[in-house]
Amino acid sequence: MPEYAPVHAKPHCFYERYERKAELQHQTHYCPGCGHGIVHKLLAQAIDGLGIQDRTILVSPVGCSVFAYYYFDVGNIQVAHGRAPAVATAVKRSRPESIVISYQGDGDLAAIGSAEILHAANRGELITVIFVNNAIYGMTGGQMAPTTLLGMKTTTSPQGRTAAGEGFPIHVCELLASLEAPAFIERVALGNNQQIMRAARVLRRALENQVKGAGFSFVEVLAQCPTVWGMQPVEAQKFVREKMTGTFALGNFRDRRG
Amino acid sequence: MAKQLAKGNEAAVKAAVAAGCRAFYGYPITPASEIADAAAVYFPAAGGVFLQAESEVAAINMVYGAAATGVRVMSASSGPGISLMQEGFSYLAGAELPCVVVDVMRGGPGLGNILPEQGDYHQVVKGGGHGNYRTLVLAPDSVQEMADFTALAFDLADEYRNPVVVLADGSIGQMMEPVQFPAPRPVRAAPPWAVTGERATRHNLITSIHLEAEDLEGHLRSLEAKYRRAEQREVRAESWRIEDAEIILVGYGIVGRILKAVVGQGRHHGLALGLLRPITLYPFPKARLRALAARAQAFVVVELSNGQMVEDVRLAVEGRRPVEFLGRMGGSLPSAEEVLAFVEEEVFSHA
Repeated sequence: MPEYAPVHAKPHCFYERYERKAELQHQTHYCPGCGHGIVHKLLAQAIDGLGIQDRTILVSPVGCSVFAYYYFDVGNIQVAHGRAPAVATAVKRSRPESIVISYQGDGDLAAIGSAEILHAANRGELITVIFVNNAIYGMTGGQMAPTTLLGMKTTTSPQGRTAAGEGFPIHVCELLASLEAPAFIERVALGNNQQIMRAARVLRRALENQVKGAGFSFVEVLAQCPTVWGMQPVEAQKFVREKMTGTFALGNFRDRRG
Repeated sequence: MAKQLAKGNEAAVKAAVAAGCRAFYGYPITPASEIADAAAVYFPAAGGVFLQAESEVAAINMVYGAAATGVRVMSASSGPGISLMQEGFSYLAGAELPCVVVDVMRGGPGLGNILPEQGDYHQVVKGGGHGNYRTLVLAPDSVQEMADFTALAFDLADEYRNPVVVLADGSIGQMMEPVQFPAPRPVRAAPPWAVTGERATRHNLITSIHLEAEDLEGHLRSLEAKYRRAEQREVRAESWRIEDAEIILVGYGIVGRILKAVVGQGRHHGLALGLLRPITLYPFPKARLRALAARAQAFVVVELSNGQMVEDVRLAVEGRRPVEFLGRMGGSLPSAEEVLAFVEEEVFSHA
């Protein structure tokens, strides 16, 4: 054993090896430079920091993060496309002592699951929703998302998204902020280290709210998808910082403490 | 406990609470709405959860969530809502989660109407969702059976870790009859596979994903083994004056009660009629029908549909005997006289 203590170790609530994966069990299935890896780490650090690993139940969606259960050593439930907030609602109501996290992407939450997120928020379910918005369908190969920016070319908007043809990108935080029940709504980004540090604090806060019983907490994370965007990771991070935040304003939309 | 006068829909809820169910998620639809109404009263009163979902899609996924945490959970709907739940049934069956759903059938397709029909047989018994799965299906013919089968459905759901549907129709749901409710049972402990949000179950995973071909095939073979086991052990059917019958009438649910009157009237006219009433629609009483085909002359299937269960009867009889079909649709129930005239015309006139 070395005589020094690691100062940068993997969070405790990640599995040591990802044995639910068929191969390459030392690394995630995410592409190099993908935002999900960062969000996973920040979420895991928040779970560790709050000491809630045993109580936590993670609801995995459909999309690139469908395999979130490979990584988190917590109770895991994988669900149908878009329905995570409905599943999380019942998990929390049947097990009120548990800490329930609904982890979703933009197609899952803002397209097929738009009814479920709206109504879970409107009921003020005591859950934490993490919404990773990278403006694209990654898992299915780069189709247009409800949050795809105007002008962005995707496989299903090959000429670029137009407001006239496909509508404007949906601003989910602003939409949910029109409801009375949510306790916490904030949009953060992964565009540089400063933004990532902010995201870390906000994710922890959104979980802490649930521990304290404050109410429905929602964090939208603007994230990069270098592979499908066809960019180098550094370039993709710049796109988050300079383009995505232009359409999706960062900031807090609701902060009601319990 | 003395018998209570209860509506079919209400009976399902009281029986569910007595069976230790403490979670209900649903969406209103005629003619099943009284189930949600009663659940909104009886579940909270028993310390359970009642929630009106934003849709049947959300409701069945809430059922998935509650079942994943190891509690007994139910929902109820009618044709259009059951259609929306089919995605959820597929996930529940794939993830091997137990639950009970009551389908109080109405007229279709589309909005159809709110009168009794049996047109959901295909979507419920054959599985309207995607993939290789089955739902166990129980068909009550009375308010008493609505109560009994709802309670039984929870036990079957637990035993087979699979959704179980109580397939009733608008007449069973809406009629009032005296019911002897089952004695209340304690809420059972969470099964060991459940994700309860406690240290002991932290490593548990609920999923329907099996990425590798061999893994998925292995999973499906184990589901098939489970369904074969149910086919061996859970077939239920009621026989009525069948010992010396030459013509076997076959009908389920409310139709079974009409057919009992037909048997009585037919025998009064010297016709040797008998009734086989399938109670489990899956697993279907194939062996019973096959055995009857060895000695009966013909089968007459009566349904409130365009002829759905009749396909299973024909598969069971394997062409050994004629299988005639009488179907009424749109909410009309056949009278005993109408069925008897059909039997005399279609069967005895050709004999």
